[in-house]
Amino acid sequence: MNSSLKQVRVVAAKALSTLLVTLREVFDEAAYARFLARAGMASSSESYAAFRREFEEAKMRRPKCC
Amino acid sequence: MNRTLSVLCWGMVGLLGAAAVGAIALHRGEPINALWLVVAATCCYALGYRFYSRFIAAKILALDGLRATPAERLENGRDFLVTNKWVVFGHHFAAIAGPGPLVGPVLAAQFGYLPGTMWVLAGAVFAGCVQDFVILLFSVRRDGKSLTEMAKDEIGIVGGFVAYVAVIAILIILLGVAALIVVNALKASPWGTFTIAMTMPIALLMGVYLRRIRPGKVLEVSALGFVLVLAAIWGGQYVSQNAALANLFTFSAPTLAILIMVYGFAASALPVWLLLAPRDYLSTFVKLGTIALLGIGIVVLHPTLHMPALTRFVDGTGPVFAGKIFPFAFITIACGAISGFHALISSGTTPKLIARETETRMVGYGAMMAESAVAVMAIIAACVMQPGVYFAINSPAGIVGQAPAAAAATISSWGFPVTAADMQALAHAVGEQTLYNRTGGAPAFAVGMAHIFSHSLGGETLMALWYHFAIMFEALFILTILDAGTRVARFMVQDALGHLYKPLGRTSWYPSILATSALIVAAWGYFLWQGVKDPLGGINSLWPLFGISNQLLATVALCVATTIIIKMHRAKYAAVTLAPLGWLVAVTFTASWHKMFDANPRVGFLAQARVLSAGPGPMTGATARVIFNNRLDAAVTGVLVVMVTLVLVESARQWMGILSGTREARVKESPFVRTRLVEEQG
Repeated sequence: MNSSLKQVRVVAAKALSTLLVTLREVFDEAAYARFLARAGMASSSESYAAFRREFEEAKMRRPKCC
Repeated sequence: MNRTLSVLCWGMVGLLGAAAVGAIALHRGEPINALWLVVAATCCYALGYRFYSRFIAAKILALDGLRATPAERLENGRDFLVTNKWVVFGHHFAAIAGPGPLVGPVLAAQFGYLPGTMWVLAGAVFAGCVQDFVILLFSVRRDGKSLTEMAKDEIGIVGGFVAYVAVIAILIILLGVAALIVVNALKASPWGTFTIAMTMPIALLMGVYLRRIRPGKVLEVSALGFVLVLAAIWGGQYVSQNAALANLFTFSAPTLAILIMVYGFAASALPVWLLLAPRDYLSTFVKLGTIALLGIGIVVLHPTLHMPALTRFVDGTGPVFAGKIFPFAFITIACGAISGFHALISSGTTPKLIARETETRMVGYGAMMAESAVAVMAIIAACVMQPGVYFAINSPAGIVGQAPAAAAATISSWGFPVTAADMQALAHAVGEQTLYNRTGGAPAFAVGMAHIFSHSLGGETLMALWYHFAIMFEALFILTILDAGTRVARFMVQDALGHLYKPLGRTSWYPSILATSALIVAAWGYFLWQGVKDPLGGINSLWPLFGISNQLLATVALCVATTIIIKMHRAKYAAVTLAPLGWLVAVTFTASWHKMFDANPRVGFLAQARVLSAGPGPMTGATARVIFNNRLDAAVTGVLVVMVTLVLVESARQWMGILSGTREARVKESPFVRTRLVEEQG
């Protein structure tokens, strides 16, 4: 009984973390983190501005459906 | 034992689905519960995914988990990136889910709940999901190439050119129609206009927060922005009750149209990410949240559908838009069943994120199923209203008149009783002066959604807040599509013009940015203006035009898919894409013929132009413009049909050549490279 409860908890925790990762990706937080890692920068007003500059044109080319 | 259990379970799902579909299809007379639609949809999607998509994956596409995808081979941390399949699913769904699956089914509800539901279920399982899945996989096997590039490589230069023109045409028509929906939802609505206006300062505040206070914390700031938007919706009621403030936020349709065109130009031509990016995030936040909430609301409330299964308007005399059930039900609902536009997303960002070929099934087929489920929710939202109310909201003044009593009498005479007092009470309940002649689908959807939400949470007292929440939700993400779409079209035009004169192709050269932005906004603005000035409400002409162009793009995508399948020596299974292709050709070509040449002036563009030309007395400037617009719409439809015919002919030549052995069957895939991800994962 205990082990199945534990299994349910593990599955729920995994589902929650996947949801969070998905939301971070959809909302470009993960893209910003990757940018910081690639550029070797810490999060700041300037680095976010640099990220937006690099990211904007690529993002603006992506169509959104009707 | 496991196999027996599996057969039993799937057998039960099949029986339950058959019973639910049977109940929807055969039930007549008494209203039915919305849960029948929910159960039918769930079972159809489960069976379609488990069996049909698996068959396609195994027998036709032969998905190979050992083949490295472009996300692995070309990983650069930006466009190409190995990504968790659920994350890609979320990304893909957020990109394909727009206002289409909400608006189309609401408009098609004039035929009753049955045609729309059947088309959404069958169309998605056998056509839309298949298109998205195969195009995604074929793009993954071609380094993430776009639909236009694949069309050029696999069908020939004609295919590539037509796909390019179809994409531009559909974008322009889509943007014009989307803008018209916003105009019709916000005209003479100070509450709605105030709420949307407030999203601008809220987005700016979010931008400053993102840039200065907590850089990059988008989820956090979107949640904050959402709370502020709710406050703006709450505040809107006080604006609408104050005469001076209400006057300030009350605009006519032409004024709103001009404001939206100015907005579209500014969003495309100016570096205003501080406004647009946060609003884009806010829109996505609201969109995902509202869709989830609506699904829960429908299941919890399980409302009764008051719209009959079939209405008298299957004969083509419908007030929302004219035209018979075939082909018009099938072009009115595009995005919930099959949408060519999805092929652009499936061959755009998504293929560059897929880690394993095997995941294309869940992302391509699965995300389209989710979008189809949104369309089912929209059908339910439209059909929970009393039919008389639905027709009063969606019928243009040109059909039912502007006087409330006359409009109510006309609609009641069709067999859908409604009174002016009912409509006045409803308008009062949702905080509007009137709900008559609110064509476009958005207000009707908002009333249905408000009905579901207010009955699940908060009671009748919150009806007005839920209505304006729904209007804000729709208008917000339509405006997001307007600015994103204008920029995408601008980039495409700049790319093309760059071949003629290099500086025009530079996306940082301001004269080019201004000129191409103005060109794109003028193009969709023309359609918007035409819709605003149309005595039949605009939607009657423009939504079918949009549906035709969207599904003609799907025709091109299915031509590409069929050609590749035949080249892969899987011709015996080509019916998987050929059957939906044949259906779409029948639907779009018949609809195009009707829109161009039907003798009924409410249906045929040229017939309406003829009737207006032959009218008594001297012709006014406005009439001359309507005549010109009708001829233009006929010409646009004709050009699109001719071009897609060329792609069909070119594709058929390829198929015949390969099957007869006179042409080499050579696919243009990237060479096989074994994945290292399997070894890394042990």
